[in-house]
Parts: sequence; structure tokens; C-alpha cells
Amino acid sequence: MTAVILVAAAFLVLLPFVYESRNLFILLTQIFVFSIFAMSYDLLLGFTGIVSFGHAMFFGIGAYSMGIFMKKFEPTMGYFLLAVLVVIILTAVVSFIVGLLTLRLKSHFYAMLTLALSGLFLVLAEKWRTMTHGNDGFTFRVPEQFIDRTHFYLLCLVLVVAVFLLLKRFTNSPLGRVLQAIRENEQRTESLGYQVLHYKIAASVVSGILAGIAGILYAISLRFVNTSVFSMDITLDALLMTIIGGVGTLVGAIIGAGLIEFAHDWLTALAKEHVIFERWIIFFGIIYIVVVMFFPKGIVGTLSSLSWKRKKQQAVKKEEKAAG
Amino acid sequence: MSILIETKDLTIAFGGHTAVDGVSISVPEKHFKSIIGPNGAGKTTFFNLLSGQLMPTEGKIYFHGKDITKLSPTKRTRAGIGRSFQITNVFPNLTVLENVRLAVQSQAGIRYQMLFHYKKYRAFEEKAMEWLKLVLLDDKKDSFAGNLAHGEKRKLEIAMLLALETEVLLLDEPTAGMSLEEVPAILQVIQRIKEQGNRTIILIEHKMDMILDLSDSVMVLFNGRLLADGTPEEIMKNETVQSAYLGGQFDERPVET
Repeated sequence: MTAVILVAAAFLVLLPFVYESRNLFILLTQIFVFSIFAMSYDLLLGFTGIVSFGHAMFFGIGAYSMGIFMKKFEPTMGYFLLAVLVVIILTAVVSFIVGLLTLRLKSHFYAMLTLALSGLFLVLAEKWRTMTHGNDGFTFRVPEQFIDRTHFYLLCLVLVVAVFLLLKRFTNSPLGRVLQAIRENEQRTESLGYQVLHYKIAASVVSGILAGIAGILYAISLRFVNTSVFSMDITLDALLMTIIGGVGTLVGAIIGAGLIEFAHDWLTALAKEHVIFERWIIFFGIIYIVVVMFFPKGIVGTLSSLSWKRKKQQAVKKEEKAAG
Repeated sequence: MSILIETKDLTIAFGGHTAVDGVSISVPEKHFKSIIGPNGAGKTTFFNLLSGQLMPTEGKIYFHGKDITKLSPTKRTRAGIGRSFQITNVFPNLTVLENVRLAVQSQAGIRYQMLFHYKKYRAFEEKAMEWLKLVLLDDKKDSFAGNLAHGEKRKLEIAMLLALETEVLLLDEPTAGMSLEEVPAILQVIQRIKEQGNRTIILIEHKMDMILDLSDSVMVLFNGRLLADGTPEEIMKNETVQSAYLGGQFDERPVET
């Protein structure tokens, strides 16, 4: 498994030096951005068992903060770093408050509340016209270091790997293992002596900050930001990516992000052939239903349980041989 | 001996139904107390009050002389009251070893460490294996807890409780649903803990013959009320108990094992 990931990463690093295609790199950058976003969502959904419908708010905070900094001030590296800092603080504060609410609200009530909260941010982005230019959004210039697409591509790739390793370590730390216990059985975790709320807040904050970083990268890659970053579609994308890839597996989130973005690109291109492909979201709906019905564990989950079964069968056969 | 746990007029009502009605008991340190009573007598509800899953409508609970009535289950576990559940309550999609390891980790007080890999704390796994060996579950360590047979889940439940190493063990029907061959092994585990002599144990059990040998005292609950509290011999002789519990409800007669 590790070997496959290493080969894939090496391939992606070398790709820009041997192959020139602007469109492909924009697409791959998009995939990296959503990989980070989907992994941050998976930390909530797959590892802690918190269903949030408002994950787009962190993404949007990241995108808008960066956009506003670049527009209102100078597009330099200094302001870029300052914007990153502001995003981290803002998302940490918002996700801390949202995490606190899990104390009172369970499962679907919490999901509805996060939906409402992200709706609030959407309205804010629409109405605060002096800052956000309303629905139309605005374009901005980016620091010169990011103008080269290849450089930015590599930066995003490095960040995906970094976030992947960070979350892998986080979920395998003693604290991360408790998160999984909470997903399995919250009441039992409590009676083992763990303060469940603290863990939920920790997961919420880490996930919120990472989603904010994904939002920053998204804004930089487009050099444009509008209210769509706060929309429900962004959250749904994350949900779709994690579920198709496999909840509770970080690799699954990356694979899911890749598949959805590729499919999106491909289906939109097909729109020239037939108008129905302009409504590509219909196909996503169908894929989603099929996955939930037949592969509830997602791609990675299904694959790993298959290989587990095979291993078990082999072990049984060996035992039979030894016995017989 | 000093009093460890004390309840005063402990009462809980669900709507109009009073499930536990003015129960006052006191349990000395290193004592083995059993609770018996027919189904619906309020035994498990009484446990839920002691461990904090439920808040009493009236009355107080004292632990080490301190009022703990308002403490959350988490705080009570940390203070030293651990419990097992009658309805199996494990982490189904985690391995058996991981289930116990989480309890060991909590006991060690490693709660917020997020930078190191959990395997760094190898001692936790070794300790968890020891507990699994104690309840004869070590050969299942890599199975998912959800795939265990019912009796095995019960054993896992006990291992998780023991791993917390709390001063007080609240055991809610530890042998319920186990096959008859398995029961002696679990009884032995309980016996061994009792012999170590540093724990206070409160046990709910239906199998009368098994608790009579082990218990220092037995209390009888009936319709939420404390019917009797005394040594096993006193309880066996007690006429109210016999008529209300042993004789009065024929279908509730304990199964001979």
C-alpha cells in the first residue's frame, strides 16, 4: 500500500517536467485542493462520526479571507502569510464554537445547525458588498511566486502529502484512537473516563483549519472568489468524495476527490455531444445511490475488506492443511 | 472499616413510575456486595444512578464521604467508580485488543496526546493483552469486537472494566448470556479479584448459588424498594425475601447451575 502511494507521488512530482498541459495541471491542482478538503471532512465523518452539513463555511472563510487580503492590500508573500494566519485563527475560533455545540445537539440536529450556520456565512458574503462584491465575487492578483502554474501545482502536491501524513499521525495518536472510539460508542467512551466533548472539539478544530487551508488554495488557484465557496455544493462534494472513496480512510478521501473531479471534468466536456451532460450532477446522484447501496464502505473500504477476507481464507486453508 | 459508597434516599422516577424508591445503603471499603431482585426491580437503574448514567430525582450519593450526585459518568470513572454493562456495550468496529487498550490508555491518563503514534505506548498493548488473558480472550485479540459471540463480548466487557483499575467495580450481570461452560471461568476471575482484596465490588446477579459464596452481603430490591440488606445467610432466612422474591414469583426462580 505504501509502495503504491510512493510511486503515485513520485509520478505526480515528475509529471510537470515531462508533460505540458495547462488544463491537466489545473485539474490536478483542483484535485489536490479537494483532497485536502475531503480529508478534513473525513476526520469528522469517518473518524469521529460527526455529520456536518456546514463544512463549506470553513472552506469559504479560507477562500474569502485570502481574496480580500490580496485585493485590499498588496499581493505579496508577506500579506499572503498574514492571510494564512488570519484564516487559521478565524477557522479555529469558528470551529471551536461549532464544536462546542455538539455538547447539546446530537446527530441530525447538529447537521441541521451546521447547515444553518454555513447559510449565515453565505448571506454575509452576499450582503457585505463593500468587502465581498456580493454574488458576483471579484478577481484578484496573487503573489508572483504562485503565478507559475507548475510551482503552484507542486506546492499543492506537497501540501496534500503533508496533510495526509499529519492526519495519519493524528488519527493514529492516542487522541485519534479515542475519536474512533467515540464514533463507535459515545456512551461507552464516556464511562471509560474520556471527556467526549473535548475530543469532538479537537477534531472539529483540526478539521476546520485544514478546510480553511483548502479554501485558501482554491482561491489562489482560481484567482477569483465568489459566494459559491459557501454554497451547499461544496459540502456535498466533500460528502460525495469521502463516501465514494470510503469513510474512515484518508486514502479514500483522496481517491474520491480524484474520481469526482475527473468525472466532473469529463462529463462537462461531453456536454458538446449531448445537452444532458450539462446536467452532470444527475449522474453524480446516480453514482451516489449506487455506491451507498452496493459499496457502503466506499472503494477503499470494499477493497480492504476483500483482501482481508482472502487473507483469512488462506489462513484457514493453511490450518486445515496442518491439521489434515 | 470506613464507608466507601453511601446512598441516602436515592430515588428516581420516570414520569409516574418510580423505578428506584428511597434506597439507602452503605458499602464499606473492600466489600463484596450483591444485588438481587426480580426483573424490573430497579437493579440496573440503581447501577445507572451509581455510575452517573442517570441523575436521581431525589437523594444523594457519597463516595469517600464526598457528594458525587452531580458528577458526570466520566468524572466518576476517573474518581474510581468503574462499571460494566448488562447490555453489551463495546466498540464494535474496533479490534478486541483496541477495546481494552483504550481502557488501559484512559487508566494511564494519556488522554490528549496527539503527536505520537499510539504504538509508541507499547506497554499499553502488553497490559491490554494481560487483561485479555485473564478473561481467556487473548486468542481473539485481532477480531472485531462486533464479530464476537455474545459470551465473548461479556468477557471483553469485564476486561475493559478491569483495565480501568478502579477502586469500585460495578458488575451488571457479568455472566448473563454466557454458555454454562464459560461461567466458571468468569466466576474464577471475579473470585481472584476479590481475593486480591483491594477492590470494592458491587454485583448484580441472577445466579443465586454463585453469589452466596462470594458475597459479604446481599441486598434485595423489589419494585424499586430495598427489601432487605444483610449477610447471605440472613437473606436466605428472611421470610419477606422468600415470599416476595424466591417464593412469590415462581417464574423468577434462579436457574440452578
